[in-house]
Amino acid sequence: MTETPTLELRGIDKSFGPVQVLHDVALSAYAGEVTALVGDNGAGKSTLVKCIGGIHPIDAGDYLFEGRPVQVHSPREAAALGVEIVYQDLALCDNLDIVQNMFLGREKRRGLVLDDSTMEEMAAATLRGLSVRTVKSLRQKVSSLSGGQRQTVAIAKAVLWNSKLVVLDEPTAALGVAQTAQVLELVRRLADNGLAVVLISHNMNDVFAVSDRIAALYLGRMAAQVKASDVTHAQVVELITSGRSGDLGPQTTPNGAAA
Amino acid sequence: MTAALAPQKPERPHRPTGSEDGRPPAAGLADLGRGYLDQVRAGELGALPAVAGLIVLCVFFSLLRPVFLSNLNFANLLTQSAGSIAIAMGLVFVLLLGEIDLSAGYASGVCAAVLAILLTDHGWPWYAAVAAAMLTGAAIGLLIGTLVAKVGIPSFVVTLAAFLGFQGVVLMLLKEGTNVSVKDPTILAVANDNLSPVLGWLLLAGCVAGYAVLQLRRSRDRRGRGLAGTPVTLLAIRTGAVVVLGGAAVYLLNQERSRNVIIGSLKGVPIVVPVIGALLLLGTFTLQRTGFGLHVYAVGGSAEAARRAGINVAFIRTAAFVICSCLAAVGGIIAASRGNSVDPNTGGSNVLLLAVGSAVIGGTSLFGGRGRVVDAVLGGLVVAVIQNGMGLMGYTSGVKYAVTGSVLLVAAGVDAMSRRRSARR
Repeated sequence: MTETPTLELRGIDKSFGPVQVLHDVALSAYAGEVTALVGDNGAGKSTLVKCIGGIHPIDAGDYLFEGRPVQVHSPREAAALGVEIVYQDLALCDNLDIVQNMFLGREKRRGLVLDDSTMEEMAAATLRGLSVRTVKSLRQKVSSLSGGQRQTVAIAKAVLWNSKLVVLDEPTAALGVAQTAQVLELVRRLADNGLAVVLISHNMNDVFAVSDRIAALYLGRMAAQVKASDVTHAQVVELITSGRSGDLGPQTTPNGAAA
Repeated sequence: MTAALAPQKPERPHRPTGSEDGRPPAAGLADLGRGYLDQVRAGELGALPAVAGLIVLCVFFSLLRPVFLSNLNFANLLTQSAGSIAIAMGLVFVLLLGEIDLSAGYASGVCAAVLAILLTDHGWPWYAAVAAAMLTGAAIGLLIGTLVAKVGIPSFVVTLAAFLGFQGVVLMLLKEGTNVSVKDPTILAVANDNLSPVLGWLLLAGCVAGYAVLQLRRSRDRRGRGLAGTPVTLLAIRTGAVVVLGGAAVYLLNQERSRNVIIGSLKGVPIVVPVIGALLLLGTFTLQRTGFGLHVYAVGGSAEAARRAGINVAFIRTAAFVICSCLAAVGGIIAASRGNSVDPNTGGSNVLLLAVGSAVIGGTSLFGGRGRVVDAVLGGLVVAVIQNGMGLMGYTSGVKYAVTGSVLLVAAGVDAMSRRRSARR
């Protein structure tokens, strides 16, 4: 396992007006690993993700990408680094087909004309690399896909661009049992292919099924970041609901992550 | 939820790429036919209702009024519908975004008035006057587009205001209702003259050859890369259909249709036909092959997804309105040519309704995201056939309006239902 994390956040503060949402948050995500980001509603997960994705600029703290300190001010800058975020609502165009959605805004062109064949080849290669076998045709419209297939397309779109870090915001929230299993399998495969994956989830089963590390946010602070194998279900739930569990979490004063 | 997703079911390999053994997948005709049926069932009707309607109406009218099938009437039908089709083509771009342009009719009137005044009152050469009319159209589109995309006023309100405003502008330009006649021979030729019969055949041959070569090359290229290409049989069928339909049309139009040959011969493909054909090619190319076209569909499908993908949504919106008004200008020029003059009614009365109707009847959705330029042509022909056929049967304008309105309503109903059907998943 590489020593340098793909993404390392240190001491991140973020306020919206008078409301401080993130306090001194630290988070590391390693290549080849799934890092689960858990926390109750309002713990700051979404804000943290938007900071990673460049939608919200951070107020204070260090954003290190592959060990280098970087400044990320816009989604484009994040994408240029190799950071892709798959938001919960997926942002797919129903009336376009799979290939068109995967390349939307970054189409390959040959002069004035779209290079459909090359795009289809690249999309097919990406889906093959992810062992996706559930779509009949890459030329079918997204409106004809099921929820799990849409999630697959959104994730494949994120990894198409040689991305190094993929952040998935509740990818299984709206899915049935079988589709959830399928998407989780895909999430695992992303990490196995060498990407750093940050998975946001409310579902402990999902978290323990795929993640290597678990980072728990509590009221805007990072309660703990631990290896998934070192903790139990109950401990993680405790971290989420009370910010500490036994010797995990801040012991007396909130002075950063303990693990 | 499709069965293909459930893991316990045997997973279907995806066809287009499934060439692990290096062989291009052979998509058979049967597969394509089944795919098309699936599409129709899923609510993607495409051009089906318009084509079916066109055939039914033509059969119906020609049985009741044999004169409907006469050469003269056929040529009339095409020139009658051309102006409205041009406006409808522009509306397709705006409708694709889920917006509407109610001012397109009077925008065409303003452009036609500019053309006529520059030609007749100021003696400009035709090309300069046409350029000025087109620029007027572009400026109108830019204004509307900016108000919609940048200021954020709903397009319905902006264009409703423009509808009234341009009606006033036409009146002002024409000095409260005078009729400005157009005498420039080039402009008059657009809607009133015909290609020579030989030129008509040459044009058709060129189109067929170009179409076949392009399709074949595309299919070859895709197969060469191991992607599913359209089977050659289907290409042959399509090309054959173009040859038969185009050939029949050119043959009919090349017949003598003058009532009295001594006064003057009247035969050949009307010049508006290649004009509309060129616009159709250009519009289809823009929408189906360029990044801009794809982004128009994307914004119409989900503006938020398009924005997040880095597409400049405001630019796409503005550009669509500019294209719409420019094509409305073309419609105005055709109308001026056909009427030999411009009066305060040019682009008024039912022009806009017929144009919107043409696009929707052709299969362009009022909800955005679905539609093609060819829809405007097919729908425009349906509308023209209804108007023309009912005229031949001696119905009054009142009945014609009522029937055309009903057909528009039915088309919009089909659109709404197919949308519900594709949303129900």
